[in-house]
Amino acid sequence: MLGYYLDLALRSLKRSPGLTTLMILIVGFGVAASMTSYSVFRAVSGDPIPWKSSRLFVPQIDMWGPKGRRDGTNNNEPPDAMDYTDAVAMMREHRAKYQSAMYRVSPSIVPPDASKHPINVGGHAVYSEFFPMLDVPFKFGNAWGADSDAQRAAVIVISDKLNQKLFGGANSIGKTVNIDGKDYRVTGVLDNWSPKPVFYDVVNTGGFTTGQEDVFLPFTRAIDVGMPNDGNTNCAEIPKGSGFVGLQQSSCIWISYMAELDDKAAASAYKDYLDGYFRDQKAAGRFDWPVNNRLRDLPAWLDSEHVVPSDTKISLMVALGLLVACLVNTAGLLLAKFLRRSSEIGVRRALGAPRMAIYMQFLIEAGMVGLTGGVLGLMLTWVGVRCVSWVLPKEIASLAHVDLALLMLTLAVAVLATMLAGLYPTFRASRVQPALQLKTN
Amino acid sequence: MQIQPILAALRRHKAGTLLIALQIALTLAIVCNALFIIHQRLSHLSEPSGVDEANLFVIENFWGVQYSTQEASSEIKADLAALRQLPAVEDAAPSNSYPLRGGGWDNFISLTPEQIKPTTDASVYISDESLIHTLGVKLIAGRDFTPDEVRDMGTRENIHPPVVIVSKAMADKLFPDGNALGKPLYSMSAEPTVIIGIVERLQREEVNTWSAPFVNQSLIWPMRQAIPIGLYYIVRAKPGQLAAAMQEAPKALYGRNRMRIIDSHDGLLSFAQVRQRAYNRDRGMAVLLGIICVVLLAITGAGIVGLTSFWVGQRRKQIGVRRALGATHRDILHYFLTENLLISLGGIAVGVLLTFGLNLWLVTRFELRVMPLAYVLSGVVILLLLGQGAVFAPALRASRVSPVEATRPV
Repeated sequence: MLGYYLDLALRSLKRSPGLTTLMILIVGFGVAASMTSYSVFRAVSGDPIPWKSSRLFVPQIDMWGPKGRRDGTNNNEPPDAMDYTDAVAMMREHRAKYQSAMYRVSPSIVPPDASKHPINVGGHAVYSEFFPMLDVPFKFGNAWGADSDAQRAAVIVISDKLNQKLFGGANSIGKTVNIDGKDYRVTGVLDNWSPKPVFYDVVNTGGFTTGQEDVFLPFTRAIDVGMPNDGNTNCAEIPKGSGFVGLQQSSCIWISYMAELDDKAAASAYKDYLDGYFRDQKAAGRFDWPVNNRLRDLPAWLDSEHVVPSDTKISLMVALGLLVACLVNTAGLLLAKFLRRSSEIGVRRALGAPRMAIYMQFLIEAGMVGLTGGVLGLMLTWVGVRCVSWVLPKEIASLAHVDLALLMLTLAVAVLATMLAGLYPTFRASRVQPALQLKTN
Repeated sequence: MQIQPILAALRRHKAGTLLIALQIALTLAIVCNALFIIHQRLSHLSEPSGVDEANLFVIENFWGVQYSTQEASSEIKADLAALRQLPAVEDAAPSNSYPLRGGGWDNFISLTPEQIKPTTDASVYISDESLIHTLGVKLIAGRDFTPDEVRDMGTRENIHPPVVIVSKAMADKLFPDGNALGKPLYSMSAEPTVIIGIVERLQREEVNTWSAPFVNQSLIWPMRQAIPIGLYYIVRAKPGQLAAAMQEAPKALYGRNRMRIIDSHDGLLSFAQVRQRAYNRDRGMAVLLGIICVVLLAITGAGIVGLTSFWVGQRRKQIGVRRALGATHRDILHYFLTENLLISLGGIAVGVLLTFGLNLWLVTRFELRVMPLAYVLSGVVILLLLGQGAVFAPALRASRVSPVEATRPV
C-alpha cells in the first residue's frame, strides 16, 4: 500500500508543480533559517565539560556589601570575582577536593635567537590543582606539583601551539622558556585544549574570545614576580596603595575561583564554610553587612554571567518564529490542495477505503513535501552556517559547524513539522462526505 | 462594494481564512519587532566618534623588556619623536586606550566627595598634551594640558591629577547650566580634579548596553602610561597619507628599538577597522534579522498568492455566473482585493496584540526598550501592501474569467 500512496502523492504533486515548488521552498527556507540559528545557539550554549560541570562550583563572597551595588544594575548579587585577600585565604584553607584561584596574564616571551622579535602570549596564573580539576589533557609531561606552588617555582605548562612555535612540536619537557626575562622550566605541554566557552574564567574572557591560552604558570610565582593581571579589574573604591602590590591589598576584584565538590553534602558543607568565613571576617571588623554569598555550579554560573549572548537567543527566537509562520503557510496550502481533491477522496471512500487509508495517503503526501523541503533545507543550512561568519563576530561564528547530528535534526524537523502542518488538512480531507461529492459531479 | 457576500463566502473557507490571518498576524509580530531591533542597532552605527577618523590609526605596542617607569617613559618619548618625524605623520600621542576600542577604563564620577550614589560614569583616557591635536577633536572651552602637567604613571600607580579635560556630554551631565569650566569633579576619590578644558565630542572606549546611559561621556587626564606591559600610540596621518603612514610607523618603531611586540594581526588598526570591529556585532544582528524579515515577507506573500490562486481556480464557475449576470472585470478584481483586505485586517488585529506581547517579552527577558507605535503602524502598512500586492495577480486572472465559463460543465 505504501508504494501505491507514494505513487499517488508523486502524481498529485506533479499535477500542480507551482504550488509544490512553493511549499518545498517555504519548508526549506523555514527549516534552514531556524537550523542555522540553532547551530550558532548550540555552539555557544553547549556544556564545555559535560561529564563534570555539575561538580564544579564558583564561590562568590560579598566583600563589597551594599556599597558595591551603587550603580543599581545587578540587583543583590555579590561581586562575580574575588579580591586577592579572600582568594588566597580560601586557597590556604583548602576546603574543597580541588580548587584554584586564577588570573589572566599576558607576558612576553623572549626567543633565545637574538635576531627574532619577542612575542606576546596570553594565559593564566593558576594553582596545580587547576589541571586535575578541569581534566586538562596533556600531550607531554604533566602539571607541576603542589610543592611547586608552595616553593613559587619557575615552572610552566604551555599550549601545543606555543610548543609548535618555540620547539617545533618536539617533546620540550625540562626545556626552558624565557618569560619576561626569566627562565621557566616546562613541565607539561597541553594536548589541543581550548574549551568554549572559556568556562574557568568567564569574568575575564566573557566566555568567547579569539585570544589564545598559551601559558599556565603558578599563581604564587606570578604574584612573586609581580606579573600584572591582564583581565578586568573592578574596584568599589580606588586602592590606597600603588602598584600591583597596592592592588593585592585592595578590595578590587580580579581573580576567578573554581572548586570541585563531588557530592551534595560536600557542596552544602562548602557553602557553610563560605558563610562561616564571611562571619569570621565580619567579626574581625572587615564587613558590617549580612551574609550574601553564592555557590553556583558551573551551568548556573554560566547562566548568571549571561555567557550565551542575548543576540544569539533573540536570533533563535526570531528564526523559530519564522519556522512557525512557514508551517502555518504550508498548512494553508496543503488544505487548499487536499480539499480540491474532494471528488477523488469521495470516489476512494465510496469504493470502500476507510478513513485511515485517506489519512495515510495525505500524510504521506505531506511527508514527501517535508522530506524534499528538508533536503533543500539541508543545503541551505550548510550554506547558512558557512555564511554566518560574514554577519556574526568571529569568536562566535567560528564555533558554529555542520555535523551529522545537525543534518539529521534538520531532516527530522522538516518532515515532522510538515506532517504536523498536514495534520489538520488531512483530518478535513478524511471527513469528506463521499455521497455529497459523487452527487455534485 | 458589498462586504456581506464576501463574508458569506469566507465563512465557507473558515480554515483557509484563519490560516492566512494567523500567518499575517505572526508576520506582523516578527517583522515589527525585528525592524525595531534593526533600527536600534543601525542607529549606533553612524554615531560620530568626534575624532578625525579618516586619518587616524592605532598601534598596540607591548614592551618586550620589563622596563621601569622611568625607562618606559623615556622609551615612549623617543618613540613619539620618531613617529612625528615620519613624512606621512601629522602627530602622535601615547594613550591607555582609544574611542570604540571595546573596553578599557571607566570611573564613577561624583560632584561631592561624600556622595554615595555617583552622578555618572566616565570613560577614562590618559595621555599628554598631544592627544587633542592628534585625535583632531575640537576644544570648545578652556585650554589643553601643558607639558609640565603630564606625569608618568607606573603600574596601578595611585595618582590624582589636579586637572582634567572632559567631553561636552560629560560637562553637560555634571553641570547642566553650562558653567563646567573651572569646577571640580570627584572620581572615586576625596581629592578633586578641576575641569580645565571641554572637547566637543569624544566617544567612549566601549559601546554596549551597559554604557548606553553614559554615551559620549569621557575624560582625559594628563598622565603617560609608563608601565611594563605597554601602551597604545594613536597616530594621525597627513591628509590622504594614511596607508603610507601605517607602513612607515611600525618599521620606524622597530628600527628604533627591537624589544617590542606589535602584533601582525591586531597590533596596527586604522580607525575604519576600529569602527568596523566595534560595531561588528550590531551590524551582524541587523543583517541577520533583515534577512529573516525579507524571507518571512516573501513567504507570506507567496502563501497568499498560492492560496488565492487556488480559490480563484475553485470559483471559476461562480465567477463566470457573476460575469454573465453583469459584473464587470473591475467588480471581480475588487471582490478579491476586498476579500484579502478583510482577512488582512483580521490578521492585523490579532497581530498588533501579538506584536506588543512579543515586545513585552523581549523587554523583560532581554532588556530591550518598549517599541514606539510608529513601528507597528509601518508594519501594518507593509503587510497591507504586501497582501494587496500578492493578491493582485490571481485577482486579475479571476477578472479575466469569461462569462461563458458559467455554461461549461466542470
